[in-house]
Amino acid sequence: MISYFAVPKLSSRVWKVWLRNRDVFMKTYKVNFLPPFLEPLLYLFALGFGLGRYIDVIEGISYVKFIAPALIAISIMNSAFFECTFGSYVRMYYQKTFDAIIATPLSIEEVITGELLWGATRSLIYATIMLPVLAAFGLIDLPLSLLIIPFSFIAGFLFATIGMCFTAITPNINSLNYPTFLFITPMFLFSGTFFPLSLLPEPIQYFALATLPLTHLVMITRALTLATLSGFLVLSFAWIVLVSLVLFVLAVNLMKRRLIV
Amino acid sequence: MVVCIVSVIVAEDLTKQFGELVAVDSVSFAVEEGEVFGFLGPNGAGKTTTMKMIQCVSPKTAGKLTVFGMEVSTHQREIKKLLGVAPQENNLDPDFTVHENLMVYSRYFDIPRAKAERMVAELLDFIQLSHKKDTVIEQLSGGMKRRLILARALINSPRMLILDEPTIGLDPQARHLIWDKIKSLQSQGITIVLTTHYLEEAAQLCNRLVIMDYGKILVQGKPDEVIREYIGTDIVEAENDPEVIACLERNTTSYDVIGNRVQVYTNNPQEMIYSLLKECELGQITARSATLEDVFLKLTGRKLRE
Repeated sequence: MISYFAVPKLSSRVWKVWLRNRDVFMKTYKVNFLPPFLEPLLYLFALGFGLGRYIDVIEGISYVKFIAPALIAISIMNSAFFECTFGSYVRMYYQKTFDAIIATPLSIEEVITGELLWGATRSLIYATIMLPVLAAFGLIDLPLSLLIIPFSFIAGFLFATIGMCFTAITPNINSLNYPTFLFITPMFLFSGTFFPLSLLPEPIQYFALATLPLTHLVMITRALTLATLSGFLVLSFAWIVLVSLVLFVLAVNLMKRRLIV
Repeated sequence: MVVCIVSVIVAEDLTKQFGELVAVDSVSFAVEEGEVFGFLGPNGAGKTTTMKMIQCVSPKTAGKLTVFGMEVSTHQREIKKLLGVAPQENNLDPDFTVHENLMVYSRYFDIPRAKAERMVAELLDFIQLSHKKDTVIEQLSGGMKRRLILARALINSPRMLILDEPTIGLDPQARHLIWDKIKSLQSQGITIVLTTHYLEEAAQLCNRLVIMDYGKILVQGKPDEVIREYIGTDIVEAENDPEVIACLERNTTSYDVIGNRVQVYTNNPQEMIYSLLKECELGQITARSATLEDVFLKLTGRKLRE
């Protein structure tokens, strides 16, 4: 019986898995770099400059400025989550890439960790591409917003581990749609992204803070793009780090249970 | 001269259970350095499971298993470094070309880039795929994929190769090419462990083999010795006719009825034919050499396996 919280034994070989994924990403970089570039523009025009015209100020700022950091947070969430759900599942089940790698000196723990690190890296790449786009519209504070770059890796890692836990327990690829529309989509809408969390009834606010990771991401990215830092952010950051560590260990063990039989 | 035979794999009472199912049931065998050792058996006999335990990707349930003198449950990394594995399923990386597949794989073994480039060029030459260097995997034929998998298994200059069904689904040309490669690798001193359904392949390639069924080893030995022990050198076949049967019964000859034929196992076909012709009323009679397939079917039966 494999324990769910056994600390994985790792070596620097995890980066070989990361490198493999990076090489694939770079082979199709034109397709890969387009979405993070286009997506914020679409949202900014539709919601910010379109719908936002009917909103004078929201919490003392323009609506576009309000949603700009949320768009970054959503992109961090989506890129890591989808990489480590559908992306990892295809590599694990259809391409048998993990089987091929564990026939070499790498262990399954290292393969999964490499996948998670790559998921986090994708978040970092996407967030980094979005920053100049948003800066061009004068929507984010500089240089403080540059802290989003390292933060996107840490926050991306959290969503990579969440995705990997689902990948480890999903019976097939179609079932991965359940966490997508039952967890990711509500989070996309109710995490203080397009309207302030404070509009929700108080118990729901606490529920969101406790269980919806995106709320913490949005609070931190918003504080950075608007340069409104507060002590409360330390708690959000601690929440992200703590939950990622627990889910990291869980994801690796769940995957081990699934693949090592 | 002292010939020192070194066992590179030693299994004693090796067992693997998946829940209630006993996939490998207390098997013992030893593979010696430099030989080609075959695992034969119907589907579900436990061959692939045994391979997976040897390559340290599936933990054993019980028993002892050492590879190069190292215990599989504690020295996985060290063992895997010395192994080349060609799995049954094609798991080449579809995101990469032929050349990239080998280069990316070489990284997993910490092979420096320059050395890897040299190795890859050599290996592509060896498997005759140099001209397909920049082709993506999905455009390769089945035979090319199997050859590339073999090349990938050789990237770390392994001391032992594990080939799970190396020629499955290949046409005769491609199969013979793989056989040639396997023989050439053996002549370089590499120990080769393979599983196969093709008994002719096993007879051609293997120095020693085991036949497995329902997780157990039924026979173990050199192909011709196994044939002689279980069948004899030759088989005399006659039509399945009540009179023929009655005659064989009278002569207390050992025989098997297979469909519309009767097979008589013998070490002396001429004498057997002579005596059968003399004593029995035989319509058609043929004699042929016994093969591994005869042993296989005798031991594992003719019932279809799912």
